[in-house]
Amino acid sequence: MTQQGLKSAIATKPGGKPQKPAVENWFRADPEPHLLGSQCSACKTYFFPRETFYCKNPDCTGTEFQEIEFSRTGTLWSYTNGCYKPPPPFVATDPFEPYTLAAVELAKEQIVILGQVAGGAGVDDLKVGMTMELVIETLFEDDEFEHTVWKWKPVTG
Amino acid sequence: MAREIAILGAGMHPWGKWGRNFVEYGVKAAQDALKEAGVEWKDIQFVSGGDTVRNGYPGYVAGATFAQALGWTGARVASSYGACASGAQAIDNACAQIQAGFCDVALVVGADSTPKGFLAPQGGDRPTDPDWLRFRLLGATNPTYFALCARRRMDLYGATDRDFAKVKVKNARHGLNNPYARYKKEVTEDEVLASPMVSDPLRLLEICATSDGGAALVLSSMEFARKRTTNPVTITAVSTTTPRFPNTIIEMPNFSTDSAAAVAPPKLTFKDSIAARAYEEAGVDPSDINLAEVYDLSSALELDWYEHIGLCKPGEAERMLNDGDTTIGGRVPVNPSGGLACFGEAVPAQAIAQVCELTWQLRGQADGRQVEGARLGVTVNQGLFGHGSSVIVKH
Ligand SMILES: [Zn+2]
Repeated sequence: MTQQGLKSAIATKPGGKPQKPAVENWFRADPEPHLLGSQCSACKTYFFPRETFYCKNPDCTGTEFQEIEFSRTGTLWSYTNGCYKPPPPFVATDPFEPYTLAAVELAKEQIVILGQVAGGAGVDDLKVGMTMELVIETLFEDDEFEHTVWKWKPVTG
Repeated sequence: MAREIAILGAGMHPWGKWGRNFVEYGVKAAQDALKEAGVEWKDIQFVSGGDTVRNGYPGYVAGATFAQALGWTGARVASSYGACASGAQAIDNACAQIQAGFCDVALVVGADSTPKGFLAPQGGDRPTDPDWLRFRLLGATNPTYFALCARRRMDLYGATDRDFAKVKVKNARHGLNNPYARYKKEVTEDEVLASPMVSDPLRLLEICATSDGGAALVLSSMEFARKRTTNPVTITAVSTTTPRFPNTIIEMPNFSTDSAAAVAPPKLTFKDSIAARAYEEAGVDPSDINLAEVYDLSSALELDWYEHIGLCKPGEAERMLNDGDTTIGGRVPVNPSGGLACFGEAVPAQAIAQVCELTWQLRGQADGRQVEGARLGVTVNQGLFGHGSSVIVKH
């Protein structure tokens, strides 16, 4: 990561620990939340996580890719939750709290992307077909950092 | 190319949590299969092993491990890995050797010894491995992927949690008299629905456990078989197909589907293509099928398979189940062995065990769970990272 990239990735909330992406270069928080994918310059296929080496379309031999900010909203394809603590490398809260997962379809990119559900929404708040919006939230904290990740948030009203 | 490979013998070590070395399960299964076949170990020319990745180096070279355990004879070996489809890869490799004329008779073996709990990724810090990252960033355990499919059935087709529970009840009943099953106990719908939620809408009794177990087959050319038996059960197709781009259904352990923005999706989804390619190879139609062994990693996934293997149209699986079509005695019984619901998964043995069950069923030797008059069966299974697996067995 470039020096500038690192600076923009580690931001400090007032009074809180510095924030750090739990995975580098998969998403951006500012100026607005976006997943960072890539697009093959030759055949225009989108990739997330980003492809940077060789196009996965068997009819294409593309090796050039553009970084793309993916659409921020999509349609809920399906959802579930985790009622038991997953094994490491998942970092669980203590006591463990169930988490919700969503698979969201982006219309422009024609891709379904998984993410946790934001804001403590549970499966009872969700329905296949509803609109979901991308946000950046804390995944887990350690002594040094708030580690952040992308999540899907139901759009209500 | 059409195949005709004879199944001379099938053997299994009972599934369970025995805590012994996986090699012992494989050796026991192999000995049973050889005995059934009436073939001496020393006559086996090719040993095809299904690998286990949880038992150290011997598991990675399963073909050699079983050959050494049975006593080195100079037989050639192969070791195959395709996650849950490893057994089908091992069967496919043995069939190919026989069809190519490199050998007349082969032994296929898969066995596993598994730890307790969720299947976890391998240890260490591996931030470029999607199988590591899905646990780290999402907590996307295997059951969460099964549950995404289950929930979609509910929201799209109106499936209910009671439908899913009925699959478990059916399979538990099927497996009651199977000597190789780990769980031999009837359950009621209410008991299933009272078990703890794991990944909504799937409950503990609806999600497949991990087991120890072993399965083996003795396969041969038809010419070799005719010297020993007049009418052997045969394998007429093995599909080990992989997805076609773009794969538009989310698959474990991925974060996303392929994008279909630039290239239109294939006519058949990956799961639809697995058995379809076996039917095509065997020259049969799904309506010819008399029974099926499908990979019920969850109760709801069994319903998906009814549709993916062409037993009914999308959205009709619940009706098939509720009409009793897939129960022993029904139109096309599914998982007469009891399925993963009664076995739990012993990864490299499971696809081989599916073929063992069809072999016994088609010979009329499935005591206490016999599907009457069955002539044609299909197995289907899918392994992580794009491994399809489907075998057509005929008598
Ligand atoms: Zn391309």
